[in-house]
Parts: sequence; C-alpha cells; structure tokens
Amino acid sequence: MPEMTYSEAINAALREEMQRDPKVYILGEDVGIFGGCFGVTKGLFEEFGPGRVIDTPISETAIIGTSVGAAAAGLRPVPEIMFMDFMAVCLDEVFNQAAKMRYMFGGRAKIPMTVRTVCGAGFGAAAQHSQSLEAWFTHIPGLKVVMPSTPADAKGLLISAIRDNNPVMFIEHKVLYGTSGPVPEGEYTIPLGKADIKREGKDVTIVATSMMVHKALAAAETLAAEGIEVEIVDPRTILPLDKDTILQSVAKTGKLVIVEEAVKFGGFGGEIAAIVTEEAFDLLDAPIKRIGAPFVPVPFSPVLENAYIPSAGSIVNTVKSLG
Amino acid sequence: MSFSKERLLELYKSMVTIRTFEETAAELFANGEIPGFVHLYSGEEATAVGVISQLEPQDYIASTHRGHGHLVARGGDVALMFAELFGRQTGYCKGKGGSMHIADMSLGFLGANGIVGAGLPLAAGAAFACKYQNNNGVAVCFFGDGASNRATFHEALNIASIWKLPVIFVCENNMYGISMSQERHQNITDVADRASAYGIPGISVDGNELFAVYEAAEEAIRRARQGEGPTLMECKTYRYRGHFEGDATVYRCEEELQSWKLKDPINRVKKRMIEMGVFSEEENQAIWAEVKTIVQKGVDFAKNSPLPDEAELVEDVYCD
Repeated sequence: MPEMTYSEAINAALREEMQRDPKVYILGEDVGIFGGCFGVTKGLFEEFGPGRVIDTPISETAIIGTSVGAAAAGLRPVPEIMFMDFMAVCLDEVFNQAAKMRYMFGGRAKIPMTVRTVCGAGFGAAAQHSQSLEAWFTHIPGLKVVMPSTPADAKGLLISAIRDNNPVMFIEHKVLYGTSGPVPEGEYTIPLGKADIKREGKDVTIVATSMMVHKALAAAETLAAEGIEVEIVDPRTILPLDKDTILQSVAKTGKLVIVEEAVKFGGFGGEIAAIVTEEAFDLLDAPIKRIGAPFVPVPFSPVLENAYIPSAGSIVNTVKSLG
Repeated sequence: MSFSKERLLELYKSMVTIRTFEETAAELFANGEIPGFVHLYSGEEATAVGVISQLEPQDYIASTHRGHGHLVARGGDVALMFAELFGRQTGYCKGKGGSMHIADMSLGFLGANGIVGAGLPLAAGAAFACKYQNNNGVAVCFFGDGASNRATFHEALNIASIWKLPVIFVCENNMYGISMSQERHQNITDVADRASAYGIPGISVDGNELFAVYEAAEEAIRRARQGEGPTLMECKTYRYRGHFEGDATVYRCEEELQSWKLKDPINRVKKRMIEMGVFSEEENQAIWAEVKTIVQKGVDFAKNSPLPDEAELVEDVYCD
C-alpha cells in the first residue's frame, strides 16, 4: 500500500470520483488555477479543466447556494469552503436549504452535495481561521458530518461522501494535511457511520475525533509505559454516529474519556457522554471525562494557542485521574 | 406578439385559477381550517403567468413564501396543493412542508421557500446544472423587492453574470417587504437598476400587464437559452392581501389598495380579450365557474384526505 499524505489522499479521492462520474464537479475559492489554499486540489484544474474545477468569487453563499440548486437538479457538487469559520456566511444554504429540502418536500428531493471544509487550530491562524464547529452541523437533521483523522480514512470517507445522496459536511483538519500514512489504491470506500478502533486496550476507552485521535495515540504510548492500556475509538463520522462501537468499547473498559478540539461547552463530546450515560450507565465504573478547548476564541500567540489546544499530556492526566 | 385564441384562453384561465385558489385559501384560513402561515398572491397573477407559461419541461423554478401562484402557473395540481395546505398525507409534501415549502420536483419546481431571498442562488445552481449538462434548460427565480437587499441577491447575480448562466431573476416588486415600503428599505425605485452593477440587462415592466411581462420574459428566456446569460427582470405589482393572512396592513392605506385594484391584472386581460373578440362576458363567466369547480374539488379532496400517520414524523430525513 503506498504512503500518501492526508492532502494527497483527498486529492486522489476527488480525482477518482471525477474520473468515474461526470456529474461530480468541484468549486470554491482558489480551488482551480491556484490549486486550493492548502494545495489540496492541485492538478485537478489541469486534468479536468475550468468547467469542472471552478474558481468562484469570494461568495460563500453563492458557492453553497448554487451547489444546492445544482444538486437538486441532478449534479453532485463538491464545494470547498476554505476555512470552516467561513461556514458562518453560508449557513442558511446548509441548514435551511440543503439539509431540509428532502424532508420539507416529503421525501421527493435529494441533495447529493459534499461540502469540504477545514477546521482546527495549530497554524497561528487565530480566531476566525481555526475553529472546530462540527457540533453546529450535528444539530441539524438531514446532514451528515465526517471528520477523518488519517489519510486512508480521508480517501475512503470522501469517496463515500461524494457517492452519498445526502448533504455531507466533510471536515478536514489543516494540521493533518502534511501527515502521511498508507492509503489503499483505487476503489476504496469506508461506510459513513462506521467508527474505527485506532488502538485496542482494556482499561479505558478514549473517543477522539480528527486531530485529537493523534493526541490520544500519543497519550496512549505514555500510558502504556505505565501499564494503562487505552482503547481509542475514532467515530470518523459523527453524524450518523456509530454508537454501538463506542458502547461495546465502554462495556469492555468501564471508563470513558472523550477528546475533542472544539470548545468543550456545547461540544459534540457532550452528546457522546449523554448517550453513554443514558444507554449504558451500568457499564461505567467512573464518571465520564470530557476534554476540549476552553470557552474562549482561538488565540493567536503560539504560547496561548498551544495552551488552547487539548494536549496529549492533559489526556494522560485525565485518564490517570480515573484511577 | 401574436397569440392564438386557445393560447390567450390558457393564459387567462391560469390567472383565474391562481386568483380563485388564493381567495379560497384566504377563506379557509379565516375559518381556521388551514394551520400555520399562508402568504397569498392575489393581484400578482400576471407576473407568474407571463413568465412561467413560456417555460419548457426541462426548466426550473425557484419560488418564494408567496409561491402558490407560481406552482399553479407551472401546472401544479390544485388538489395536491390544498392537501398540503391542510397538512394531509396526500399533499405535495405529505403534509411535511405546508404552504411555505410546496414543491414539485417533477415540474422542476424547487419549492416555495420560507427564507426570503434564498431562491436566487438555488436557481443559479439549477441553471448551472442545465448549462453543465447542456440540456438547453433555464431556471427562473422569483423574489420580492425586499429580497433584493439580501446578500443572496448580490452573490447570485454576480456569479450568474460571470458564469453566463441561463437564469432569469424575476423581481416581483410589490412595494413592500412585509411592512417596510420600498422607499424605506432601498434608495432606488427600480430594482432593475441593480442589473448594471453586474453587467447584465435589467428591465422594469408593469407587472400587472400580462403582455408586458410576457414580452420581457420572452426576451430574457431567449437570451438564457442562447447562452447570453442572465437577465434581471422587475415586475411592478401589488399584493391585495397582507404579507400573510391575518396581517392588519397598518403600513398602507385603503386608497393605495383601491388604486391598484383599478389596475387589476385579470380585468385588464379580460377587457382586452373581449375587445379582441376572443370571448364574451358570458364565456368569461363560464371560465370562472369552471375554475371554481376545479378549485372546490381540490378543497374537497384535501378535506377528505387522511392526516399523516404519526410514524411519518421520522421518515424522509435522509435519502438512501
């Protein structure tokens, strides 16, 4: 299996789906000639031309709005919103149009649109270019929300998202773009709504998403040296959520730590904690712990930003605190 | 423009159907038989019919919260429409959408819309799909003067202009965005003036004059089909009823309403058709009676239709 970066894996998924299905096209700010702000769409403009790799004006509302209209009319758009923070200027098109059209129309419409966007701190990009806003989207029936943590997951999940007949938020993490890993070649899909166990263990379950999977893996190494074996569950898709894999892991370990990069208050981790509490309280040997960002905007100064992002050290300490 | 007698009767009947549908809906709402909000189109019929009667089956329409007229003009089934207004299982949307979300994808009708101005980018997207698939289709978006202040208007017109999309943006300028008169909500009198900001044609017509609307739409649709790009078309008209049923319309005066009723779009067509010898007053009466029967049958169908099963609540959220 070839090694690829997360960015290359996404690029490969886009290329393969565009080769397979002429209804698939991509659009967004600087995705064409420029190759994407993070270089993710590099080479696609040259291969598929300006009719299918479309540079748009700075018009997030029109990017998503036209995508919804085109999807309703039978195409499979893959719009890119350069930073997840910018979703705030096109939320109506996602929340009130794309997500609800099927239901409002009594099941007589489908919106096969995959919105690619980028979350996460760690680049010194400050408060308007670094947020993890996935919880917003999980609150809207009709959407699917995907957060890949590895190159292989990014490829397999993106292909599935593009083939899905529902609007999907595909949330990439900017710090992960340069990370490498083995990626299956050719046709490779991962079903949306299927979690992956990134590390097996018997003592404590850690549910972590996106970049936090890697923080959890680092913490697991430290903890293993101290004789604590953690199991890391990566939901990969947070909507729909693979509750069964989480509950099965908790049944094994009896302890749960949830790690997310988003602001902890009101974050998606709270939903996971609530589900486990409601459905499997008897399995728990200790209170559920959540780790997330403090209730502040993402700061600029690297010292502050570093303090903002949940660390492997805080995961280690939290796991140990469970006794 | 020359029309056959059949064509004129068809256009007229479409307008009469819209008016009858709306006045019937008003009555039903007043009787407490229709839940939720309804926004009625009475007075604006020439705009819907003048534009939509020229569309082809492959074309798309993005409508508004005041959308019944657009769907009737597109050939929507009034029985399914009433069933939707009544929240019945047999309605266009199985009772899940109501007046504000009536859609018929089989007619390329992308829905009424509860969000003012939301239709503009949707229509541009549908027009993009037509162009992308090279199927000679066009998309029409209706919106009001109020919506012309939204970001969606500006972003959609800009993107449609640079992509030369086959879309016709039809502003139904009925002089009010809910209670805000046009002079209070924008510093222009012709919304069509905004076209120049996007380098596209803008035309303002008497929206109560069917043939003026028809002629302007004919050219806009021709341009769109021939790859010449979008047009902003403004139809100046007036809603006889309030923003929604139950609106006391304290923001406008009776004289203004009456002055617009003197320019009633249906009466103007009727007068012209009688002058042209297309039909007599008796035949006119017969048309209203025939339409009334169809509309009443639709109401009966709706009232006799089952309510949705509660199990329907969680269906249709996702598509396989």
